[in-house]
Amino acid sequence: MILVSGPEGLLAERAVERAVALARDAAGAERLERIDVAGPTYETGRLAVATSPSLFGEPRVVVVDDAQLGTDALVTEVVEYVGAPEPDVTLVVVHRGGQRGKRMLDAIKATGAPVVACDALKRDSDKEDFVRAEFRTAGRRIDAEAVQGLVAALGSDLRELASACSQLVADTTGTVTTAVVDRYYGGRMEVTGFRVADAAAAGRSADAVTLLRHALASGVDPVVVVAALALKLRQLAKVAATRSAGGPRPQDLGLAPWQLERARKELVRWTPEGLATAITAVARADEEVKGGGRDPVYSVERAVLTVARATGR
Amino acid sequence: MSVWDDLVGQDAAVAVLRGAVADPSAMTHAWLLTGPPGSGRSNAARAFAAALLCPRGGCGECHECTTALAGTHADVEVVATEATILRRQDVEPLVQLAQRSPSGGRWRIIVIEDADRLNETSGNVLLKAIEEPPPRTVWVLCAPSPQDVLVTIRSRSRSVVLRVPPVDAVARLLVERDGVEPELADAVAHASQSHIGLARRLARDPEARARRREVLDLARRIRGVPDAVLAAGDLVEVAQAEARAATEERDAEEKSRLYRALGAEEGKPLPPALRSQLKSLEEEQKRRATRAQRDVLDRAMTDLLSLYRDVLLVQLGASDGASGGRGIDLVNVELADAVRTLAADSTPEQTLRRMDAIGTARERLAANVAPLLAVEAMAVALRPQG
Repeated sequence: MILVSGPEGLLAERAVERAVALARDAAGAERLERIDVAGPTYETGRLAVATSPSLFGEPRVVVVDDAQLGTDALVTEVVEYVGAPEPDVTLVVVHRGGQRGKRMLDAIKATGAPVVACDALKRDSDKEDFVRAEFRTAGRRIDAEAVQGLVAALGSDLRELASACSQLVADTTGTVTTAVVDRYYGGRMEVTGFRVADAAAAGRSADAVTLLRHALASGVDPVVVVAALALKLRQLAKVAATRSAGGPRPQDLGLAPWQLERARKELVRWTPEGLATAITAVARADEEVKGGGRDPVYSVERAVLTVARATGR
Repeated sequence: MSVWDDLVGQDAAVAVLRGAVADPSAMTHAWLLTGPPGSGRSNAARAFAAALLCPRGGCGECHECTTALAGTHADVEVVATEATILRRQDVEPLVQLAQRSPSGGRWRIIVIEDADRLNETSGNVLLKAIEEPPPRTVWVLCAPSPQDVLVTIRSRSRSVVLRVPPVDAVARLLVERDGVEPELADAVAHASQSHIGLARRLARDPEARARRREVLDLARRIRGVPDAVLAAGDLVEVAQAEARAATEERDAEEKSRLYRALGAEEGKPLPPALRSQLKSLEEEQKRRATRAQRDVLDRAMTDLLSLYRDVLLVQLGASDGASGGRGIDLVNVELADAVRTLAADSTPEQTLRRMDAIGTARERLAANVAPLLAVEAMAVALRPQG
């Protein structure tokens, strides 16, 4: 019995494939039967049918997918099965996160079955590790810079990253370098509204506009960029307020320590008048991108430039 | 006693409506009652409905009158919304309803209290029905001004304009009907700028008065940009809390009523087939909360606007800023000192710019700009500037 839990779909699929392969090795090549059971459409008794002993006692793998969307019957029956497992059946339960079916998860964990955690990769360093591991598995080498380039271009979706790795492995020979990555994925960059706001608040106009264009080109909505700008300016103003006598204490602002630290550094460049100009411009842009203006892209670009120029001490 | 008693200071409009009740040749099929918020548009509409149905032309005592005034008369359909717009699906049933004969009375009356919240789609749905209703159907639409309704609807209805009631009349009403102290009645009638409903709430609820005072205090509190952002955060938070307080209890009750109606046990997850009903209820409640929050913020901004109006009056010498003094009365009589200080600290040009900023913020709020951002930009414009 194996529990695969976590929201990262690609890792979960790989874990299932691996579990099936292991079971096949143990059973001998031809004899293994794989039965897929989908959680959301589960009907009472399905699991019992799949796991009940058969005439010739073939080994089987039963994969219960999307258990987090499973019906109540599924939860009850998995818990029952866990109490009395069949010897020649391998049960793989895939649960993609969330609280639903917690009773089932607890029951499986209680038996000491292996749990494969497939958490989403959030930090860039984790994604870089993933890329390196991909190339290592394929027996290939890749430059450190090329790894960073790949993650910057495709980092938001692990599946895309994985398929890019396999494509590079299949199409090229020798060590994968930055030049190779650029040839395949050059000019593509995934930028969030926050990165645009950071660049603008640091007064880097050219950078901010470039990032903005990348962000818009990769499908970020202008409204989101404006919201990120507003959030940034709000943080700056709040941290500025802590400096005056009688102002709030930094720890009461509801900001994370790294946000405080960052805002303090950035504030060096800001004057109160600059902040006022910037906030006014961003409020105007928000109105324009929500239908008050003709061209949302122009509005947000002007806001970004105004914010970047409003710095400057 | 008559149904028109509660309409304060609206003699001209009442005369027109009474004439229509008394004289069939003065009657028409669609009326557009316009007037500033608080002038009693919806009350006038209900009173008109009552007078039309009453055998004695609006006695205010018979069954027809009392039920029509309460909005429960079978032949009076009152449509209002708690969301930001009246949607197409909200008004579509009215088209059919308009074609039916009245069940008991002389008229079938359809009152739309928020005709300004009809958008283009829902307005157009009603167009034909308003243009040519059956002989015994009457439409009564209410809106702040004729410009707030679609031009095609405006041209199909007869306009009756309600005016801002005089402050004295509002104060007198509060004293006579609600037993408010004369001095307090005078102050809240000023503060609410003759908005009858608001004046009554201010008179009855000390907390509402305190909240208003707090909002006006913003003008003094904001000394710089950081203060402005903090103050804006506070203001939006208060608005959210107030909106939540106003809707929370009702939301919970509606939810439990839905659970009962569906025969589901509360606290347990609903079966998937029924979830869409819960979802649509929650969406409705969310729309209502958005509207409530916007209304609270808008009221706060109107209050601030009244303060700067007072400041401008003093700066231009149109008022000496003392209560009961020379010139035009201040709206915020009890804050006369603060008004004089603000007036001395700034120029009329600055005051006008600040009023402009408040007006812009109100427009932005209506245009779906993030409330916090709109309020921040406004607060920044209110800071003292050299």
